[in-house]
Amino acid sequence: MVRLVINGSAQNVAVDEDMPLLWVLRDTLGLTGTKYGCGLSQCGACTVHVNGRAVRACQTFAADLDGATITTIEGLAGPVADAVRTAWIDLNVVQCGYCQSGQIMQATALLARTPRPTDKEIDAAMSGILCRCGTYGRIRAAIHAAATTLGG
Amino acid sequence: MTHLFERLSAAARPLASRPTTSPAPTRRDVLRIVGGAGAGLTIALALPGAAPTAALAAEEADDGKTFAPNAFVRVTPDNTVTVVIKHLEMGQGVYTGLATLVAEEMDAAWEQVRCEHAPADADLYNNLFWGAVQGTGGSTSLANAFLQMRRAGAMARGLLRRAAADAWGVGVDAVDTAAGQLIHPETGERVPYGQMTARAARLRPPSPESVPLKDPEDFTLIGRADLRRKDAPEKVEGRAIFGSDVAFNGLLTALVLRPPRFGGTLKTLDASAAQAMRGVRAVFAIPRGVAVVADGFWQARKARMALKVEWDESDAVRVGSKALWDEYRDLADTPGQTFRDDGDVHAALAKAASSVVEATYTVPYMAHAPMEPLSAVALRTASGIEVRAGSQVPTLDALAIAEAAGVRPDQVTLHTLYAGGSFGRRATPDGDVVAEVAAIARGLFERGIAAPVKLVWTREDDIRGGRYRPMALHRLRGALDEARRPLAWHQRVVTQSILKGTPFESVLIKDGIDGTSVEGVIDLPYAIPNMLGDLHGPDPGVPVLWWRAVGHSHTAFAVESFVDELAHAAGADPLVWRMDLLADHPRLLGVLMLAANKANWSTPLDAGRGRGVAVHASFGSFVAHVAEVTVSASGVTVDRLVCAVDCGLPVNPDVIRAQIEGGTCFGLSAALRGRVTLDDTGKVVQSNFHDFEVLRFPSLPPIEVHIVPSAEPPSGVGEPGVPTVAPAVANAIFAASGKRLRDLPLKLG
Ligand code: FES
Ligand code: FES
Repeated sequence: MVRLVINGSAQNVAVDEDMPLLWVLRDTLGLTGTKYGCGLSQCGACTVHVNGRAVRACQTFAADLDGATITTIEGLAGPVADAVRTAWIDLNVVQCGYCQSGQIMQATALLARTPRPTDKEIDAAMSGILCRCGTYGRIRAAIHAAATTLGG
Repeated sequence: MTHLFERLSAAARPLASRPTTSPAPTRRDVLRIVGGAGAGLTIALALPGAAPTAALAAEEADDGKTFAPNAFVRVTPDNTVTVVIKHLEMGQGVYTGLATLVAEEMDAAWEQVRCEHAPADADLYNNLFWGAVQGTGGSTSLANAFLQMRRAGAMARGLLRRAAADAWGVGVDAVDTAAGQLIHPETGERVPYGQMTARAARLRPPSPESVPLKDPEDFTLIGRADLRRKDAPEKVEGRAIFGSDVAFNGLLTALVLRPPRFGGTLKTLDASAAQAMRGVRAVFAIPRGVAVVADGFWQARKARMALKVEWDESDAVRVGSKALWDEYRDLADTPGQTFRDDGDVHAALAKAASSVVEATYTVPYMAHAPMEPLSAVALRTASGIEVRAGSQVPTLDALAIAEAAGVRPDQVTLHTLYAGGSFGRRATPDGDVVAEVAAIARGLFERGIAAPVKLVWTREDDIRGGRYRPMALHRLRGALDEARRPLAWHQRVVTQSILKGTPFESVLIKDGIDGTSVEGVIDLPYAIPNMLGDLHGPDPGVPVLWWRAVGHSHTAFAVESFVDELAHAAGADPLVWRMDLLADHPRLLGVLMLAANKANWSTPLDAGRGRGVAVHASFGSFVAHVAEVTVSASGVTVDRLVCAVDCGLPVNPDVIRAQIEGGTCFGLSAALRGRVTLDDTGKVVQSNFHDFEVLRFPSLPPIEVHIVPSAEPPSGVGEPGVPTVAPAVANAIFAASGKRLRDLPLKLG
């Protein structure tokens, strides 16, 4: 059993020792907004916040997380999340959308720490999240737009 | 496969052989035939029966309050307009596109419109370019549905007006509409559509063909660049349900162990260790390998690793990429099957022997690698099977499911969910992932396990699973006349047929030529008096499939690179040279000039930098790219990509831009990074994104997309953005460095 606070609610979750957080979220808890894309920390589709930091859930082991606070795309809220989602919708960022949970988790983590990121900082933060539909250009624009909205 | 073959051979029967008692062809039928001429994946068809919309309308309108005048539109009293989308939303924006057409003619407010995927029903929801088949591909969605969706919307508006006219006791012509409201001609009162649904539902729908459509001058939604995508809100909140996201109580997860080489089959299986693992429910052989069914992905994955399996590899592919390239090169030394022959190439090449330019271009096998690995959910019961998946061709998928599940086609229920990308991967002639899940569901049913099951492919399964864009080699020879104009062009194509061995073979391979192998060459637009095209179609046994832009993804690379080489041989500017030779192709010329202008073609660049251009027609659309690159000791950097597209009437300019940006990124990824190779024993080398490289965020240069204004019927944009990227970049590298790169992925030195 590990104790986790997931999207604001405290839960005791029974997990296999070696089970990545990704599958605890998707299979055990039914939180399917967090996606599987590679299982190897190569694509970022599984990105969630653990204690406020963006991490790859496919290489994070639930058993190591006792007491941690976890936010997934389903529970992501607040002014930064609102600004990011609004920018994403206004700029028609989304195509298939499969990578976008991870993109948004990473982008909100970036903006929380770096309210006015430069292009270089955006490159560095976002390079771990793949998009096969080719939305990178719009994501960049949407991060800048969200930063402007937030008055950073 | 028998059902498939029956269906397709029935479909292939020429219209002329229909019994004479058939009704005269309707407009719908005519569209099908007309579509046949241009569409890549076309099946001429034997007709189904009468227009089917009435029955569904009646069923949906059963509650007396929902207004459902046809199979595509539903208006409920809460003022929601639901548009039923007959194509798979896999990122290309088809929800938004088709909803725009309906909302336009209906005068609906964009905000009140929502979309849902249509059920699998080929009579109601067929692709009008594909005959009796419901499916998405070939960049046909918006084009085939353009009039159909507008009519569906116009019909709804007409009936709502009539309902209002009856209610108000005024003439129907006096009732105006705007933004989802009916306007009283005398009082000016505005009534939302939702309040008129019960009345409208009682009216008899007219035939779709009789409904007048708007004059394009009056469009208010079509052509608007600021419409927000309909699928975005649920996708940014993580609420969208993709095939892999289906969750039921008691849902099991299956992984499949497949043979390590293509063509292998199961010889012996020792599942004892796997079966003893916690959470494992069943392990059994299916036609494609061994299914491991467990409570969740993680248990299934661990159990799969514990399987002890021997494979029968007597028919397996044991050849490596190196040997294949040798074979392809050897083949290119011998004549292939001719697919185009203008003038006399051999005489012309002999005459101009001193000016002959020769070059060979290659492109590798390529995985689609959609972000969402393949997945599907199924439950087999005594009465049939229910499947949920991002199904791209529901008509073929349903038949494949029936076959694999051991049920009749009418016992299959198939629900289409969002797909996390496809790029062709989810459109398979044999059902692929849904056939697999159906076989697994059947296995569970036969073992008395009454639970739905989700099949998940891992990324490794995906990259190693075949169905690649075929590798291709193009050998070109060209010559100039005394005036340095092109005299001869000989293109020999060596590439594996995509259609051979599929149910499409008998319909779509003409005189031994698979059109998907030579598209873009067979219709080479340049004015060259002597032109010969011939084809070899070796079959190494590696499964291949259409990959975004299909044959154009390699033919345009060869053609547009070689045009450049000839231009340089002639001492001409590559842009001017193309313009001269495309004088009879105004739409190609249009995109070429637009892209060149926007890219400031004639402004010189610093040393070490260069510009390259490429232009190509595919899927009814016309695209040009200008690439700007820097070549330095550390390699190639693509600095900027400027694109012009002519896709007819731009229905959703921002979706068009997004698709061309996406195609450009996809094409650049293939140009610079992507490839699948086989080791010398025939095993796929790559397995995941660490070695099957795709373009990452920092490597994507700014992309500009410019749309040519047009009133022509709309054509596709999902694929046409891909073909010109690689040649534009290769041509730019040549301009910057003098180095001509002829193999993808492009590598200096
Ligand atoms: S699934 Fe975790 S990084 Fe790809
Ligand atoms: S939107 Fe499809 S992978 Fe990014």
